[in-house]
Amino acid sequence: MIVPLEHVIALSLALFSIGVLGVLFRRNAITIFMSIELMLNAVNLALVGFSRYYNSVDGQVFVFLVMALAAAEVAVGLAIIIALYRNHQTVNIDEINLMKN
Amino acid sequence: MSLSLLFYIAAFIAVGSAIFVVLNKNAVYSAILLVVCFFSLAMIYLLLEAYFLAVLEIFIYAGAIMVLFLFVVMLLNLGREKAAPHFMKFQQATSLMLVLLFFFGIFLIMINGSGELHQPLSKFSAGNVYALGEALFTKFLLPFEVASLLLLVALIGTVYLGKRKIL
Repeated sequence: MIVPLEHVIALSLALFSIGVLGVLFRRNAITIFMSIELMLNAVNLALVGFSRYYNSVDGQVFVFLVMALAAAEVAVGLAIIIALYRNHQTVNIDEINLMKN
Repeated sequence: MSLSLLFYIAAFIAVGSAIFVVLNKNAVYSAILLVVCFFSLAMIYLLLEAYFLAVLEIFIYAGAIMVLFLFVVMLLNLGREKAAPHFMKFQQATSLMLVLLFFFGIFLIMINGSGELHQPLSKFSAGNVYALGEALFTKFLLPFEVASLLLLVALIGTVYLGKRKIL
């Protein structure tokens, strides 16, 4: 391995933390979605690093499945955001409270 | 050694662009910076000898997913995000503290972990497409089929959500 495994995991950890902060801080639903993509990518990076370290292909298969899941999730999520915008003219998550009353 | 330098450069670009994805108020700039982040991650996959996944990262994430994001951002014609209301400040400070705590907690565990992680392996034979395809169609055949079913469900769900009168 060209770098120690710790450095790969540290990078993955940093990306995941940034993604969590994005979800917690931003009010724009689309930016929150992008932060979720960032977190999925951080997990993918950790899986690839461990797969390389243990010389096993299983981690890469999981990354493959996570990518398929991310594609499905983005399609459905963006369709929900468009439907919300069409009915409420906003994507600010503070103003969307359908379940409250 | 030069390869490890490449890794650190790519890691720096990835973290920097990820920070600006979160901080930027304009969703279009966030999407473009996220593409930069995905490209540097693809480079890291290449350096970790996951060649097929590097290509998939660019095809699926930078190609398909981000184009979808850009389409939606431009379709919705969003302005700049409004500032958070006053009562949100406390929540933001608390969440920042918790995330930093999480980061340093795992970081400390990693630093103080067993020292065997530096041990390099001699040869990696699993990075090629052949090994990945073989695993996908023998050991992981059921998850592979379930993934195709998931994509079908997502397709139907998206078509339904695209109709006029819902929510």
